[in-house]
Amino acid sequence: MTSKLCVTNAMKFFGDRTSEALERLSLGEGKAEIYEATGVTVGVHDVNFEVEQGEIFVIMGLSGSGKSTLVRMLNGLVPPTSGKIRIDGTDIASCTPDVLRDVRRRKIAMVFQHFALFPHRTILENVAYGLKVKGIGTNERLTKARAALEQVGLGAQADSFPAQLSGGMQQRVGIARGLATDAEIILMDEPFGALDPLIRREMQEELLELQRKLRKTIVFITHDLNEAMLLGNRIAIMKDGRFVQVGTPQEIVAQPADDYVAAFMADIDRGRVFTAGDVAQPAVIVNAGSAPATALAQLDRADADAVHVIGAGGLEGVATYRDIARAVRDDGALSDAVQNDMPVTGPDTPLHQLYEAASSGLPVAVTDGEGRLTGVVEPKVVLAHLSGVVPEPEPEKPAA
Amino acid sequence: MTPSEILMIPINDWVNDFVRGFLVPNFRPFFRAMQVPVAGLLNALDALFAFIPMLVMTALFAVASWRAVGRGMALFTVIGLCFIDMIGLWAETMTTLSMIVTSVLFCAVIGIPAGILAARSDTTWRIMRPILDIMQTVPSFVYLVPIVMLFGVGMPPGIIATVIFALPPIIRMTNLGLRGVRADLVEAAESFGSTRWQMLWDVQFPLALRTIMAGLNQTLMLALSMVVIAALIGGGGLGLVVNTGLGRLDVGGATAGGIGIVILAIILDRISQGLAERGSDRTSLLSVLKGYVRPQRPATRTA
Repeated sequence: MTSKLCVTNAMKFFGDRTSEALERLSLGEGKAEIYEATGVTVGVHDVNFEVEQGEIFVIMGLSGSGKSTLVRMLNGLVPPTSGKIRIDGTDIASCTPDVLRDVRRRKIAMVFQHFALFPHRTILENVAYGLKVKGIGTNERLTKARAALEQVGLGAQADSFPAQLSGGMQQRVGIARGLATDAEIILMDEPFGALDPLIRREMQEELLELQRKLRKTIVFITHDLNEAMLLGNRIAIMKDGRFVQVGTPQEIVAQPADDYVAAFMADIDRGRVFTAGDVAQPAVIVNAGSAPATALAQLDRADADAVHVIGAGGLEGVATYRDIARAVRDDGALSDAVQNDMPVTGPDTPLHQLYEAASSGLPVAVTDGEGRLTGVVEPKVVLAHLSGVVPEPEPEKPAA
Repeated sequence: MTPSEILMIPINDWVNDFVRGFLVPNFRPFFRAMQVPVAGLLNALDALFAFIPMLVMTALFAVASWRAVGRGMALFTVIGLCFIDMIGLWAETMTTLSMIVTSVLFCAVIGIPAGILAARSDTTWRIMRPILDIMQTVPSFVYLVPIVMLFGVGMPPGIIATVIFALPPIIRMTNLGLRGVRADLVEAAESFGSTRWQMLWDVQFPLALRTIMAGLNQTLMLALSMVVIAALIGGGGLGLVVNTGLGRLDVGGATAGGIGIVILAIILDRISQGLAERGSDRTSLLSVLKGYVRPQRPATRTA
């Protein structure tokens, strides 16, 4: 499988004495020491990653971590000091200016933090800019640009000028401009960083919505961890020009590579990172026809408080230990103990939407698309995950 | 005991030798040829302005003032030009106008590309900057002599002296304007694969236009201030009137010429400034007004 975008050993130094800086770097000197000794600023240090078709790859770091430099290396705005940057197999670090221009025109587009819309052109002309550069005729490019504007919901603003639009709308135009050229890779350099929190949320949702339809390959830069967690299929945490950790949001929150990452994760809203499927445990189940005593024995063995009852039509309900014990004492049937209105959720529901379901005290049943029980989420597990005390969710019940 | 007793540097002899012994004999035909396009344009404009009747010319200027600035300025233009005609200097004013238009056109043709080159490369700018400094600080009388030796006397050498004097602002302001274009806009254009020409034409130049026009206005004003000096080496028009007055101690004649220059200067300055501001503002101003009339869609929509 070939990756859409493949970066190997990418380095970027700013300054004259780069070879000396490289040597010192390999000896393990820090950024500050190297700057002191050679006057060279280490922008990006030995970064390697691949981005697959259709993936959102988020690069997360604080200001000065080199993330903006790195994203500019991906389309050659900042030429790397060394290393390879391959887009569909073409190394843009070593190609001719003509090839680079061609790659920029056809394969890779960019969205900027401060929108970078041309103030002297209308919204429609802004969106059509990439097509104009390609040499596409006026009619065709305006038609395509209009279609791209419709995608971001700004068809009515086509003839306005950028200054007349709010920040959120301007960034939608920036995104439309990126989409208009049909580039498969879109680089987004903190695109929502300059927006109000509410608008930012909305834009994040919209980006995900667009991505579901278009399946672009997106490299997204941000300093906002929650944004990274929400959008990223994979996240790279960047510090001092290098990647500290690369992984899925869940991996990074569950197993931070070092103290730096862990300190970041302290602020994260875990309820949005983990889903019911992530924390679900195997369910304790019993057949609807079983005797209450059997169910009780099951619960004792699993050391659980409630059992899910499976009937002919699938999941029927849930019965607590206390209710079953009462049924045994009163010599009743299992059905006397079953509550039919149990909390149910899908595997993709984030934990922060489970609070209400979990507040009933009953284990929340996790069902797949066809209503089959795939596991349960105990209320106490939800709390444990939110507080971060469960580092390894999976291997705690080997024999249930 | 002073250094001059030990060594005298005969800089005047050196320059004399260089200009008389080398430049003039070897390059005079070249410099003569250089003034052909200048003379051609100048004569054409002069003939044109002399051909257009005074009232038509006044009307044209009034309309230009009205479009570029406003009604008040149009009124001033009409009164000012009629005044010039009534003091008997209409023909001289038209000659001066054709000289200025020629100078400014040549300044623009040389200065804007030079400014673009300066903006593109720091090295070019580092080389160009001291040259511009020299052009602006050396008194114009200093280069009048070699100009006369190389080009002879007459109107075209006067124009060439004017171009040297008036060129720096347009170069400086073109450079400044292009360098002042927001870096992320240049980056955006580059990220879509623009060639340098596409970037210059579609992004940098339009955004720098306001600054460049300000430079052109400065150049125009400098060209006007040079007309009297250019008259010393054979330039005609209002400058000649002033010089003649000076030579004959004719205070009245010199004053009349001076008033003519001032009136022409005010009219040209206001029109060119007005055009510069309108030119860069019109689109956005108009659309801002449109924005008030047309209700905007709210930014929020349900997903």
